[in-house]
Amino acid sequence: MGYERQADFGTPEVHGDHHVTCTIDGRAVTVPAGTSVMRAAALAGGSIPKLCASDNLKAFGSCRLCLVEIEGMRGTPASCTTPVAEGMKVQTQTPRLQKLRRGVMELYISDHPLDCLTCSANNDCELQDQAAAVGLRDVRYGYEGETHLGAAIDTSNPYFDFDPSKCIACSRCVRACDEVQGTLALTIEGRGFASKVSAGLAGEDFFSSECVSCGACVQACPTATLQEKAVKDIGKPERAVVTTCAYCGVGCTFRAEMRGEQLVRMIPWKDGKANHGHSCVKGRFAWGYAQHADRILSPMIRDAIDQPWREVSWEEALSYTARRLQELRERHGRNALGGITSSRCTNEETFLVQKLVRAGFGTNNVDTCARVCHSPTGYGLKTTFGTSAGTQDFDSVDDSDVILVIGANPTDAHPVFASRMKRRIRGKDGRPGARLIVIDPRRTDLVRSPHIAADLHLPLRPGTNVAVLTAMAHVIVIEGLADEEFIRARCDWEEYRHWADFVAIDRNSPEVLAEVTGVTPQDVRAAARLYATGGNAAIYYGLGVTEHSQGSSTVMAIANLAMATGNIGRRGVGVNPLRGQNNVQGACDMGSFPHELSGYRHVSDAATRALFEAEWGVPIDPEPGLRIPNMLDAAVEGAFKALYIQGEDILQSDPDTRHVAAGLAAMELVIVHDLFLNETANYAHVFLPGSTFLEKDGTFTNAERRIQRVRKVMEPRNGLADWEVTQELARAMGLGWNYTHPSQIMDEIARLTPTFSGVNYARLDAEGSLQWPVNAAAPDGSPIMHVDGFVRGKGRFVVTDYVPTDERTGPRFPLLLTTGRILSQYNVGAQTRRTANAMWHGEDVLEIHPTDAENRGLQDGDWVRLASRSGETTLRAKVTERVAPGVVYTTFHHPETQANVVTTDFSDWATNCPEYKVTAVQVSPSNGPSDWQADYAEQARRSRRIELHRAEPAE
Amino acid sequence: MTMDPLDKLVAMANQIARNLAHDDDPAGATAAHIATYWSPRMRAQIAACEGEGLTEVSRDAIARLGVRHAD
Repeated sequence: MGYERQADFGTPEVHGDHHVTCTIDGRAVTVPAGTSVMRAAALAGGSIPKLCASDNLKAFGSCRLCLVEIEGMRGTPASCTTPVAEGMKVQTQTPRLQKLRRGVMELYISDHPLDCLTCSANNDCELQDQAAAVGLRDVRYGYEGETHLGAAIDTSNPYFDFDPSKCIACSRCVRACDEVQGTLALTIEGRGFASKVSAGLAGEDFFSSECVSCGACVQACPTATLQEKAVKDIGKPERAVVTTCAYCGVGCTFRAEMRGEQLVRMIPWKDGKANHGHSCVKGRFAWGYAQHADRILSPMIRDAIDQPWREVSWEEALSYTARRLQELRERHGRNALGGITSSRCTNEETFLVQKLVRAGFGTNNVDTCARVCHSPTGYGLKTTFGTSAGTQDFDSVDDSDVILVIGANPTDAHPVFASRMKRRIRGKDGRPGARLIVIDPRRTDLVRSPHIAADLHLPLRPGTNVAVLTAMAHVIVIEGLADEEFIRARCDWEEYRHWADFVAIDRNSPEVLAEVTGVTPQDVRAAARLYATGGNAAIYYGLGVTEHSQGSSTVMAIANLAMATGNIGRRGVGVNPLRGQNNVQGACDMGSFPHELSGYRHVSDAATRALFEAEWGVPIDPEPGLRIPNMLDAAVEGAFKALYIQGEDILQSDPDTRHVAAGLAAMELVIVHDLFLNETANYAHVFLPGSTFLEKDGTFTNAERRIQRVRKVMEPRNGLADWEVTQELARAMGLGWNYTHPSQIMDEIARLTPTFSGVNYARLDAEGSLQWPVNAAAPDGSPIMHVDGFVRGKGRFVVTDYVPTDERTGPRFPLLLTTGRILSQYNVGAQTRRTANAMWHGEDVLEIHPTDAENRGLQDGDWVRLASRSGETTLRAKVTERVAPGVVYTTFHHPETQANVVTTDFSDWATNCPEYKVTAVQVSPSNGPSDWQADYAEQARRSRRIELHRAEPAE
Repeated sequence: MTMDPLDKLVAMANQIARNLAHDDDPAGATAAHIATYWSPRMRAQIAACEGEGLTEVSRDAIARLGVRHAD
């Protein structure tokens, strides 16, 4: 089948139980009441001409093309704004309508260039289609009158152009920016004939405007006015494949639109259940890294890290690696080996890496990057609710009355869900918006942006989440706001009493705790009352919760609040971890942690082990293995020798860079399996080239437990999909793996994992996605969890006493550093830095409050030295009131900055998740890069050398 | 500010004990936590340190290591 745009039904779908039947051009059609005539006609298989209508936007009724005749109704109403009624008889194609539509079309075309044959939207243009549909043959007005033709093209955005001469002023872009994205960056400037689309203030181009490049306007444009540069360069796509984005944990579904092996564009898929046709700048546009010149396509080896790399065949690389692994195992024992699975790879690939480590290496030393982000979510939600997962689907937010966001910055890190959340906060069609509480040390965009304002912002001191949540619990218990009926029915009452007695004591009041949190007690009280009594209340949280010495306690404190107020087990409520990477949820589900097999079952459980032992034919160690930080410690001590790292850059992403470097340097065999020579590869002996998400089949599981297909749209440039690389390594080690397709790996996962027992590729292909658990108890999956009872039985209240971090400010390090992300960049930036997204964020900067800046004689843009007890780096200052006095903030996207040189190795008490979010620092003026940065840059340069030609062997 | 590995294990054990202080049996809960999440080598290392630097609860917990809670 050739290329075709996804069908557009003209106006949004209406949900409702009440249905009405009408006839359209003699054909009867039954639709939910409230459906537009336009949509009903499209559902009946017809097509009413339209230009300003699109089914992801509210009906607008401006283009005058969709006129219809309705029996008993005067005139020719617009079908987009007219709802169907029972028994209504509609005519959509009559001579009268045809004449009217031609007249309208004639006016449009009199002010539109006729360069269709050379236009980038040729044959993919709604204006062209509608001109054909109405049978326009002549334009009586000529083209000599005043027109908008010849206007200058705005090419400032790296991904799309704005050509105002092709604009028909349908307002779809403006409405998409308002309704879908919620940035409200675009407007119609001027009136009448002078109307034109403008990105913000006069004189601002798209790049310098508030536009966030989500692509919604480009997608909405019916002409070539807003057009992807790639389409201009390459031409119209010839086929489309539906797949899942490999960036954040939202898990947007896209149509990868292809021309041969070339990706032309990624268009968000309207049937995607996570994104409903929306996207952000990363998933929509930032895929150029897949073709970047830095990508390594041949395997490489070297005996020592001070040598240059030597390109070798796959056979040589794999046999070399297998031989060295076996030697090290014989010499130092199986527990000297380990592996790290990737949250960026598929479930199937992750499962194979942990299988290789457990069954091939013979050890449980396997961990995943979730160690450094959401491992406290695993511990906290398992302890309180019984399983490690968010409780809701994303759609649930539409039913929330109160939204509490803590330690998350969704407009930057989870933009597509943030747009959804913002839509609910703005309210719609007379329904009041949800109330918003933001608990964050920074004044994030959610706190105030166009048409959004948090009812309460609690700018707490970093590291005091537990204190703020305990103070909220104090208010809820003392003021009698707890939902005792829910607690008696669903939770352990004795444990609740124990917890309630604890939070009720005076020292947990907002007034007493204000001393440590820095939050006004009245605001804590107001937040507690709003959360407990405002209707359906949902909590969304991110790494600002987990990446603390009390990360797990904070997760449990959140769960306590939800249980105490009965906000669990139905739509609109719940506890929702926003996952950083695309497959964090999946990597955790797949048994990537050293203490548990897939489905969160501890390795000490003999029955679970027996299942795996029978399937794999080898014994499984009943003892937990080493976590990433433990592996590094053991390496420094000389007890850990070899590490296989798939799709993860621990040197840049993990805390206390010097310690990570020391650990890696102490190992005898570091195998990096990645797209690029990342920072970790500076310490590697084997480099196995990886494949991108475009080059393989598999599944990702997003933050709402939604398992979605990843589909291969082009051949792997490195020759092998990542699952094949791991399989070949296993075979080189003598394991008899014979998977021929990832679906067989999923079948094995389903056989071994009770929560996945109903998952297979046939169902995923047929149903689009499934939310685990999918099994006999929940055959269709589980959009909402803990509906009738908690997974563990009774919900468990856990006392979470505030224990301050050991990282303290003092005279030498008086400021608190906290770290985070920015919209245009992703994680360590390995992908996004290699795209035009770098134009928005070319370097990490240090946000500092004007008072702190002034005290240090610093001005905006100055180079500053950022020093902690662990190390120091330099970067430029950005003076801003987004951070409170005493707090500084930066991102960790750029290896030149190495923000993690500064972070400490303190970690969460329960999981060793690093405490990235609190580091005591000093900031002072600087002239340029620190010694560490200079040394590091030189070492990185040396370690990335690749021998151009293999030296001839000596005679 | 990288700590000596053994000091780090001691600090970790103390941190666990402190966060489980409100459990009915803090030492038992600490021991169970360590048995569930620490590798045998880490457990052996801390058991060999003979309590130096450990708080009372964590010392008690280390002494009870090897006893796994039913949970």
